[in-house]
Amino acid sequence: MRQFSLLSRRVGLVFMAPAGILVATFVIAPFFWVIFVSFTNRSLLGRTAVHPDFVGFANYLHLFDPSAFFTRGEFGFSLILTTQFVILSALFGQALLGIVLAWLLQSVPRPLKAITEAMVIGAWILPEVVIGFAWFAFLDYDNGTANMILSALHLPRGDWLLGMPFWVIVVFNTWRGTAFSMMLFNSAFASIPPSYFQAADVAGASSFQKFRDIGLPLIRGHVVTDLILITMWTFNVFTPFLLTHGGPSYRTELLSIYTYRVAFKDFEFGKGAAVGVMVMLINLCFALFYLWVARRRSHEVKA
Amino acid sequence: MNRQFRLFASRMGFSVLTALIGAGFALPLIWFLFAPFNARAELGIAIPDPFTLSNFAEVFRNGFALRGLLNSLVESVGGVILVGLGATLASYALSRSPIPGKRAITYVLLLFSSVVSGSAAMVPIFLIVTALRLIDTQLAVVLVFAGGLMPTAMFILRDFIDGIPRSYEESAMVAGASPLQAFFDVALPVIRPGIVVIVVWAFVNIWGSFLIPFILLRSSEKMPASVAIYSFYSEAGTPVVTLLAAYSLLYSLPVIALYLFVSWKFGFRFFGGIKA
Amino acid sequence: MATVRFENIRKSFGAFTAVEDANIEVGDGEFVCLLGPSGCGKTTSLRMIAGLETPTSGRVLIGDRDVTHLHPRDRRISMVFQDYALYPHMNLADNIAYPLKVRGESEADRHRRAREVADILKIGHLLERMPSQISGGQQQRTSLARALVYPSDVYLFDEPLSNLDAKLRLEARGFLNHLQRDLGMTAIYVTHDQAEAMALATRIAVMDAGRIVQYAPPLEVYRRPATTFVANFVGNPPMNLLPVEAQISEGMLTCHAEGLSLEPLPLSRAATAALQTGSRLTLGIRPEHLGIANGADRNAIAGKLFANENMGPEALVTLERADTERLTARIFTDDILRLGTTVSLTFDTAHVHLFGPDGARLPFDGEERP
Repeated sequence: MRQFSLLSRRVGLVFMAPAGILVATFVIAPFFWVIFVSFTNRSLLGRTAVHPDFVGFANYLHLFDPSAFFTRGEFGFSLILTTQFVILSALFGQALLGIVLAWLLQSVPRPLKAITEAMVIGAWILPEVVIGFAWFAFLDYDNGTANMILSALHLPRGDWLLGMPFWVIVVFNTWRGTAFSMMLFNSAFASIPPSYFQAADVAGASSFQKFRDIGLPLIRGHVVTDLILITMWTFNVFTPFLLTHGGPSYRTELLSIYTYRVAFKDFEFGKGAAVGVMVMLINLCFALFYLWVARRRSHEVKA
Repeated sequence: MNRQFRLFASRMGFSVLTALIGAGFALPLIWFLFAPFNARAELGIAIPDPFTLSNFAEVFRNGFALRGLLNSLVESVGGVILVGLGATLASYALSRSPIPGKRAITYVLLLFSSVVSGSAAMVPIFLIVTALRLIDTQLAVVLVFAGGLMPTAMFILRDFIDGIPRSYEESAMVAGASPLQAFFDVALPVIRPGIVVIVVWAFVNIWGSFLIPFILLRSSEKMPASVAIYSFYSEAGTPVVTLLAAYSLLYSLPVIALYLFVSWKFGFRFFGGIKA
Repeated sequence: MATVRFENIRKSFGAFTAVEDANIEVGDGEFVCLLGPSGCGKTTSLRMIAGLETPTSGRVLIGDRDVTHLHPRDRRISMVFQDYALYPHMNLADNIAYPLKVRGESEADRHRRAREVADILKIGHLLERMPSQISGGQQQRTSLARALVYPSDVYLFDEPLSNLDAKLRLEARGFLNHLQRDLGMTAIYVTHDQAEAMALATRIAVMDAGRIVQYAPPLEVYRRPATTFVANFVGNPPMNLLPVEAQISEGMLTCHAEGLSLEPLPLSRAATAALQTGSRLTLGIRPEHLGIANGADRNAIAGKLFANENMGPEALVTLERADTERLTARIFTDDILRLGTTVSLTFDTAHVHLFGPDGARLPFDGEERP
């Protein structure tokens, strides 16, 4: 009994084939292969490039070796560094700044809103290499714009990239990513019926009160969504590499940069794969949490 | 009276605060307004005197730089074609065809693509590309991009196609069209705006990407502009600022143009977060 | 043109049965309306004729052909969809001409034919416009034009007037009526609007929860509804349905209900056999068959005046009876009726309908079962 459908199952599968092959090769296969490689001592050069040995959990044990865990340049240090980076740059940086901007921009004159939005979004859409270079110039000790301004204000110059590299990348990444949160919260606020705020105006509420009592509670779902998404992205971000290369002395070596160094500078693919698997596991937790939250919200909407 | 003043003062306060934040965001980019047009540009801000286009001329004389832009173009166009074709066909099938488990497929794909991120997948992608003997080829870069962007593209397009009334294709078939005719005559033109969004988004992603070509390419003549720029300023010694500034500006132009185009055409609607 | 037949059609979606045991035949040139509330299975049935759904069991025949498993394009049908399905990227001429394009006709021929049909439907001057640039009524006619531009055996309509406003709907309805009679189209039309069905159909198939409960010409459905469902669905305002208690003696039925006085009625022998004293029945009487009683009327029903709506040509008077049942009557009076006063309405027993405990019609003596 062949049921009628707009596209037969056979043709449908043919339609899905090109995308399916690409995804299978470059997304699904790597997922399984990286797990496999993490259990070997594969490298780029030498004997183990052609005949890697199966080493079981050796790579993982090495990563989590308690004696070296917190040493700069090791996995543990990088993990903790990245966690701090995410909390500061994503949660306190992008999300906070994003929501404040979204709220402020509702009440400022249109030209100011347009220009500010253009600046914030510009930081987000310009290619990463370009902004890496722009910040490189910005923070230059002798001539960079930052120090020029400080000198003009008779404040001491800073040796940013060498002296406080971690804070540099935190600020850098916040600057880079705030636009996404700003736009998300912008559209979230815009979806609240204006009459809610007008009623509060009539009752004499201040802007902060309206934000705290009306705006924030009504977009709670969006806040959670945003936090999960930017946490995930910031956790995996590679762009700070373009500014600091993970240095000086591994002080800004995020997990992504650590992976790169282990695999492509030290040529230890087995170990790099192990790091990759750890990162994927953490990503998986984020992603599953996001799906769970999303499904709960869609159930709420239906109910 | 008092209330009105308070309102005015808080408005002023907001504007000042906003202006400060905006200025803060603009600060690192101000240098970019001047340096490309300054024949003696350095890392500091300096008003060019005179404004000149000689830096751009220098870029156009530099074969390596030009080659970089061309490679970026080739990779972006190639990737966009694959993503556009693949995602359109696959999303149409997911929306209209009775494939078993199709809801699960979309979510599983999304899950995979967010888990297998750039930094986690570095090693296996490199190994797979090596195994396919495609290391140091543009083709590998295009394929890897296409594969990586496909799940999100499919998710967005499938949602879009689901919103198109099935009565379009149904009426076409009642009128005598075969399923493929209905797809090309009636469905595809209506899907086109969604495809445009996907194409623009994919282009911007590929054009600006650094890590994938950085890992997969060895020969300098195959490097796209992103890697070329990086090698210009990270080499030991002082970077040639004039060249770099102009080159970076040229490199940024397509992205800026596309953003303006999208926000003009679509009022920059927000698609629930689609930056990879 | 051709006939259409459903043989033992059944359609289920998983555990849910949308259409059950449907057997219907539509004659050449007939206009059949599938009438019923949402979810009754009428659209599913229409889509099975079109080929957009495949029956779970049973056969669909168009003419002599068994089309049950044929693709819609091979069935020689035309269909007008509820949302018109006008392709937004094509102008009206291309929209109307599309079926001819699919058949490989030349552009000149296609557009000439499209113009012919458009002129008949009075939209010939709009052919260069896009669907978004014309009004709802014009869109509806464009959709119709596309259905008429090529020869078909059967014309299917899925609630084509439901998106039009009231006045346009009447105009379009009259036009469809004229068109169908003029061209002798075999038409099958889905609607939930009983007035549309009454106005357009040669026969109405009333559907309830997946079953066809009555299939008869409009006047028959109106004057001899087969069940309380049909009685309540067809007719505006709906038929008044009163629960009564039966008392049978010697083939005569006496009905008892509060405020009701009704002379004994002769039941048919089959009906008498099926009932006994104490059975709960339903008495039906249409609003237009009720009039204000004077003291001498033998058959009357009384209640307190609940609402008096003067509509212009008539007044709709609603009474509330003791057991909170309401009764509506269509009467012509300029009398001032006061809220709460007791009013008595009279009727002729010829206009009384009787329904059994299961809701099915009980015929009187001498009346045939429909």
